[in-house]
Amino acid sequence: MNTSEHSALKLEGLARRFGVRWALRGVTLEVRPGEVVGIMGHNGSGKSTLLRVIATVLRPSAGDGWVFGNHLVRNAVDVRRHIGFLAHSPGLYEDLTAAENLRFAAQMFGVAESGIPFVLERVGLGNAQDERVRGFSAGMQRRLALARLILGSPKLLLLDEPYNNFDAQGIQLVNEVIQEARRGRGGALVVLHDRRQGEHVLDRVAELGHGVVVGVSAGATPLSLVSAGGMTH
Amino acid sequence: MSRRVTPESNRLTVTGSGRSLEWFGLVALVALIAAQVLAVLTSPPERDMGHLQKILYVHVPAAWNAFMAFFVVAIASLMYLWKGRERHDLLAASAAEVGTVFTGLTLALGSIWGRPTWGIWWTWDPRLTSTAVLFLVFVGYLSLRSFVEDADQRAQWSAAVGLLGALNVPIVYMSVRWWRTLHQMQSNPSTVDPEYVIGLRSNGIALLLVLIYFILKRYRAARMERLVEHMAERAALEGRDRA
Amino acid sequence: MAFGQDLRRARAIMWKDLTTERRSKAGFNAVAFLGVLILLLFGFALGPDTEALREAAAGALWLAILFSGVLAFNRSYQLELDGGALEPLLLYPAPRWTIFAGKFGANLLFVLLVEAIVVPVAIILFQVKSTTGWGSAAGVMVLGSIGFVTLGTFYASMASRSRAREVLLPLLLFPMLIPVLLASVESSNALLAGNPMRDAGAWVQLLVAFDVIFVVASFLAFDHVIEV
Repeated sequence: MNTSEHSALKLEGLARRFGVRWALRGVTLEVRPGEVVGIMGHNGSGKSTLLRVIATVLRPSAGDGWVFGNHLVRNAVDVRRHIGFLAHSPGLYEDLTAAENLRFAAQMFGVAESGIPFVLERVGLGNAQDERVRGFSAGMQRRLALARLILGSPKLLLLDEPYNNFDAQGIQLVNEVIQEARRGRGGALVVLHDRRQGEHVLDRVAELGHGVVVGVSAGATPLSLVSAGGMTH
Repeated sequence: MSRRVTPESNRLTVTGSGRSLEWFGLVALVALIAAQVLAVLTSPPERDMGHLQKILYVHVPAAWNAFMAFFVVAIASLMYLWKGRERHDLLAASAAEVGTVFTGLTLALGSIWGRPTWGIWWTWDPRLTSTAVLFLVFVGYLSLRSFVEDADQRAQWSAAVGLLGALNVPIVYMSVRWWRTLHQMQSNPSTVDPEYVIGLRSNGIALLLVLIYFILKRYRAARMERLVEHMAERAALEGRDRA
Repeated sequence: MAFGQDLRRARAIMWKDLTTERRSKAGFNAVAFLGVLILLLFGFALGPDTEALREAAAGALWLAILFSGVLAFNRSYQLELDGGALEPLLLYPAPRWTIFAGKFGANLLFVLLVEAIVVPVAIILFQVKSTTGWGSAAGVMVLGSIGFVTLGTFYASMASRSRAREVLLPLLLFPMLIPVLLASVESSNALLAGNPMRDAGAWVQLLVAFDVIFVVASFLAFDHVIEV
């Protein structure tokens, strides 16, 4: 699929419900290649759900979405090849060491294991590579999760509050990874609760409220209430 | 390969007032009464069992139809896994509920028949035992449905469980039969003696009509429930401008 | 080429499950001890007459394996669910059958190791005395275990993610295992009584057919049930 023709991400009226509660009620959004978009909103506005639906972890209840032209439902396997998802919980195997976790990831991705030491150094876990994840702090676990993401060479990054639990070094690391995605004509969707964290990397910020996009602003400047998005059917 | 349910494939409608279904139900009831009367009148007392034999006119047709219901569950499950239409899931669930009742009825009657005949409440007869296993598979299927909240997940999982259960039914039957012949247990009541065939067949057909009626009625009710839920969904989606 | 990569993925998952199990130390010992305990209880319930015990040996053994082994299956998914690792696992560009194959392999090895402990205990407790047929009986054990593990791995992928998982798995699994139970017990008894192919042959064929049918069915259906 020729990715240069398509948006990195295109959503139309994306909706998702859990039982009777609608977490997303019609999100329309576009991320152009090389663009970094922030997502903000109160608790319960649907930020995490949005990321999980785009990551094909959850299926949409209504609406459509495409990642580099691949439909979220019909071409889910191709979508997965293009994305890297950093979730709330790191999703690591606590009884394995850091290196073993990455070796497993490399085998599952189908990439060479030779890149692992380099990635571990890069996220600052070079010295801890043979320690079991069970003993890691939250910040270290996030670094390892980030390392796993890097290993997959994703084009579109889906980051759920990536700056949490990170010190200044960690934050810089996240921003480096985001910049790399931008340079590679990929993209990034970053959920955050404080726009200052993403000051230097965000192109736009979309605000979610009650499951829909209620406003979009350029950069990190204060929100202008331009109504964008909503139901298409 | 995974098939996914897309919202377009899920348009649910419930047409008609259901009156034709009620007429069908009446026909089924009349057929059942007629078949029972016919069976009682045309069959002489059996040499060993006497009039107790008459219970078989409900027990055996109930067993046949319980397996029919399971057959519907299997086909509907296959259709759901193939096409992904919600109505197939609802049909499977309806057939499973009705099938459970028929299976329970079969087991209870089998037990009631067994007590005066053999002096025991249960015989490890292959057909009765297979029916008991079928009952457990149905119960497992319905339990699974009750423990899963997401509609899509519930439909996918039930379909897989229903199909695998269906695959196993003939295997279970064969196993139990071999097991019984190995250990040379008592023989079963014959269902092919010519004097009883008419009674059994006519009741089989009558009870089939009753089965179809109940399944369709349950299915219709299930579709109406889902239709109401869908309407509530659309209302919730349209009323989003609260920010 | 791609299939080789998929086999490597399945092996990676199998290795991961087994290594995690080995390092967490909790599961295997508890399951093996539970198997022994169940055998003991059966001994109390059915004995102490030697003849009665010998006749019940194969049945008691298989029930002990089923009741203790069933604990292994939910655990294999629990280790994904606890750390939230199931989502990342599903996001790799790997076909779903590799997940099933890896977990099936790990669970099979686990159950066979449990049997390596429980079977000798059963022979001792139930005073099984036989001069012939041990090799074939071991083969039957493996065949039965394959059927047990395939369906256990399949149903646990659903039960472990629903409410009331402890009761739902046995409720779904055990009715399906009745042919395995009958075939394994009957053929073991026939083989150990020195009666190889006449009686046991048909049962062994049933076991093989069962295994083939349900391994294929589980692999095909797994795709549909593993998605969240």
